Amino acid sequence: MDAMNLSTHISSKFNEELELVRNEVLAMGGMVEQQLQDALNAAVESDSELAQAVLSSDVRINEIEMRIDEDCFRIIAKRQPTAGDLRLMLVIMKAIGDLERIGDEAERIARVALESFSNKQQKDLLGNVDNLGRHVLSMLHDTLDAFARMDVEAALKVHQEDQKIDREYEALMRLLMTYMMEDSRSIPKILNVMWAVRSLERIGDRCQNVCEYVMYLVKGTDVRHTEYDEMEEKVRGDGE
Amino acid sequence: MTDNRTYTPRRAFVKAEELSKPREKLNLSREKIKLDVQDLRLQYGKDEALKGITLGIPEKRVTAFIGPSGCGKSTLLRCFNRMNDLVDICRIQGKILMDSQDIYGPNVDVAELRRQIGMVFQKPNPFPKSIYENVAYGLRLQGVNDRRTLDEVVENSLRGAALWDEVKDRLQDNAFGLSGGQQQRLVIARAIAIEPEVLLLDEPASALDPISTLKIEELINDLKTRYTIVIVTHNMQQAARVSDYTAFMYMGEMVEYGVTNDMFTNPKEKQTNDYITGRFG
Repeated sequence: MDAMNLSTHISSKFNEELELVRNEVLAMGGMVEQQLQDALNAAVESDSELAQAVLSSDVRINEIEMRIDEDCFRIIAKRQPTAGDLRLMLVIMKAIGDLERIGDEAERIARVALESFSNKQQKDLLGNVDNLGRHVLSMLHDTLDAFARMDVEAALKVHQEDQKIDREYEALMRLLMTYMMEDSRSIPKILNVMWAVRSLERIGDRCQNVCEYVMYLVKGTDVRHTEYDEMEEKVRGDGE
Repeated sequence: MTDNRTYTPRRAFVKAEELSKPREKLNLSREKIKLDVQDLRLQYGKDEALKGITLGIPEKRVTAFIGPSGCGKSTLLRCFNRMNDLVDICRIQGKILMDSQDIYGPNVDVAELRRQIGMVFQKPNPFPKSIYENVAYGLRLQGVNDRRTLDEVVENSLRGAALWDEVKDRLQDNAFGLSGGQQQRLVIARAIAIEPEVLLLDEPASALDPISTLKIEELINDLKTRYTIVIVTHNMQQAARVSDYTAFMYMGEMVEYGVTNDMFTNPKEKQTNDYITGRFG
């Protein structure tokens, strides 16, 4: 749990503050995960109540994002964190941005779901996102776990997962395009479903970002915009 | 989605509901005021060192005075236990009330006042005695000589000052054998042995290394549950770390006084902003 020795400062107050803000991020992650799960369930099971709940929970996630920002801001002003503590602050501030956007994507999926209930054809089409959705959800879940444990190996593994998601996304796109070609009148409905698929793919990318932050946090090297081999070397190298 | 997993917060120790609750914030107007300074003016000869200071020091909180050298922050601190009485050319106007009693009133016993308001200085000043006798000194002065009482107070005070574990096996050693940081904590133990209500700390960590400094700061954080603490510091980061309220002084005047969190993230006055961001001072 304490891979970064976060709770070993002489100042117990500082320990508490770091622990609190980290916990807040984890709780926020849990809420976003729940939100995505609800959005997917709503889409697949045509549950309009659930879809509405997703829309309203977005407000709370936004509030928490602002609260965490404020906490980080205050810790930086008051404690002048250095090294790992400073990286933690930067990483948290970036990660919650991504989490909040994941929440927005979930909200978009819920909106598509709501529109589909009055439309049999779109509803059936939406059934196709189930597999991809489940895959993305488990990627988000693993991402949050890697963050909670500050586990570089797990982050690296989850990061790789995005390739599979991209392949599934492309396959799904091809399928939807085939439908479009078959019946041009259905294009508006198919486009709606495509938004949802696109949202899922974007969530995968944002999970990747968070995994990169985890690697940066623990190892202190920036692994963004690098190929997998290089990333692996950066993360596993240095005589570790 | 066929499986209907319900979410359980596996990772976090705060519940999502708690995150939505509004936070309790410090607010000066809700505090009980321990020391009430009213339009305090102080002159050394012709020089006016304090030009009408008004502020309330809240009880059982840490209040920090910051400001550039010569701004009057130490002078103000010394007013609280009448240390300035010792300076002949010093003239004081205005009032300081402790629990509604004017500490400059005619019937005030200054020795008793200084027992209630303890002070720790920049450089540790242990007496040339054993560690034990240093802490017991104040009590002996009050005529307490019962060994058991003394033992108890010495241990509690040293524990209170986070020094007990380091010195418990050598209480009879000379206090000068301690490191600077330990000496400073010893002085704090000596100050709290006589159970003051207020602790005045005048740059308590400026002569210490960074680790000892953090230990003193941690100690201050512990002590505030029992004492009202006022600290003067040149080190703004220290003020930010340890205090609940901060007062920024400049040229004998109180420029800004408020909750430390707000002061260091969003000061109201331009002068404060310039000072804490290192633009003058």
